[in-house]
Amino acid sequence: MTRKAAALISGGLDSLLAARAMQEQGIHVEGINFFTGFCVEGHTHAIRKKDKAKPKRNNALWVAEQLGIKLHIIDIVEEYKDVVINPKHGYGANLNPCLDCKIFMVKKAHEWIQQKGFDFLITGEVIGQRPMSQRKQTMPIVANESGAEDLILRPLCAKNLPPTRPELEGWIEREQLFDFSGRSRKPQMALAKRYGFEDYAQPAGGCCFLTDENYSVKLQDLWSNRGEKKYDIDDIMLLKVGRHIRPSTDFKLIIAREEGETRFLSGYRKQFQSIKTISHAGPLALVEGTRLNDAQIRQACAIVARFSKGKTAEQVELSYSPAGADPQTILVPPMPAHEMHKDWYLV
Amino acid sequence: MKILDIDARRLLCPMPVIRLQDSLEPLAVGSTVKIQCTDPGVKNDIPAWCRINGHSVLDIEEMDDEIFITVRKENDD
Repeated sequence: MTRKAAALISGGLDSLLAARAMQEQGIHVEGINFFTGFCVEGHTHAIRKKDKAKPKRNNALWVAEQLGIKLHIIDIVEEYKDVVINPKHGYGANLNPCLDCKIFMVKKAHEWIQQKGFDFLITGEVIGQRPMSQRKQTMPIVANESGAEDLILRPLCAKNLPPTRPELEGWIEREQLFDFSGRSRKPQMALAKRYGFEDYAQPAGGCCFLTDENYSVKLQDLWSNRGEKKYDIDDIMLLKVGRHIRPSTDFKLIIAREEGETRFLSGYRKQFQSIKTISHAGPLALVEGTRLNDAQIRQACAIVARFSKGKTAEQVELSYSPAGADPQTILVPPMPAHEMHKDWYLV
Repeated sequence: MKILDIDARRLLCPMPVIRLQDSLEPLAVGSTVKIQCTDPGVKNDIPAWCRINGHSVLDIEEMDDEIFITVRKENDD
């Protein structure tokens, strides 16, 4: 009887190797990839024009293709909010709830294998690889709190952990598993070579925007100014785009940095107040916050003018459009550098 | 057979792929869907998803800044 395992596929090297290690033992593997909304994968590459020359590849799909396995991409945006907003185990260096995230994903994967009739699940975790979620002390926490218990196998570091059910039942041979630990990537690279993988996503600082300091500053600002820890998918997508400038607690400007971002932000013009230069080439800016009064409109336009080709002109003509209402034409001098407060910049 | 249209404009990958995946699931084998997207990443991601899941890309068409991809469901697995 062929046993079946679901592999959590992030698109990185570790999950690729863990899945291949199971295939080597005759296990039927299918991949699961969770979409939280905070995934770095592809997003900013898709938006920013200057990155258009780079090939766009979703690494999770690419890994699945290399392995010859199916990949199930699961949208967990709504359910994931509670993980981000109320992490039981707290945040890491930024707003990254890594341990709660891991528990949640393993829990969802465990539910998935029960629904689909799979026998166990695997991850590419390595003890000591990540400071918050991949430690010897946290591995049993993940197994217990997710409900997966002994049905979660970490092939790359299994020999450093107590035997799991797939090992005890003889579905796989423990001796063929690995004892990797620590932050060194050399054992993984050697194993990749052994398996014949020459091209794989290079190890980086993670695949989640919540580990990024600048992104976390913007998310915290959003929560602080709304007076509550809430977000929707548009909020978290817009935090990935543009230059964020908050001149007031009443509003924030999201100013496109290039053509690709302008095109992306234009899709939000019906929902947001927006500003666009008329007399000079310049960026589109969205205004997030309350409806601007006349003084705020002039201030916001002066800031946007500063980021246009007319920044040295005496006056710049702009169009201010309240969401769903007729635009107004505004003529203002661009804001001089010394009036741009440093603490307005959220990045 | 009627073609199901999916509007995935403004969505960034992998959301268009998820829309396609979830739309295909309840359909009968042989059904065809046409997905309208603005993220150029779909030109790689949707064919890749179709290859690994055994479905066929019948057509990829680009018009202005929009991309239309027609996919036929080939299996129920």
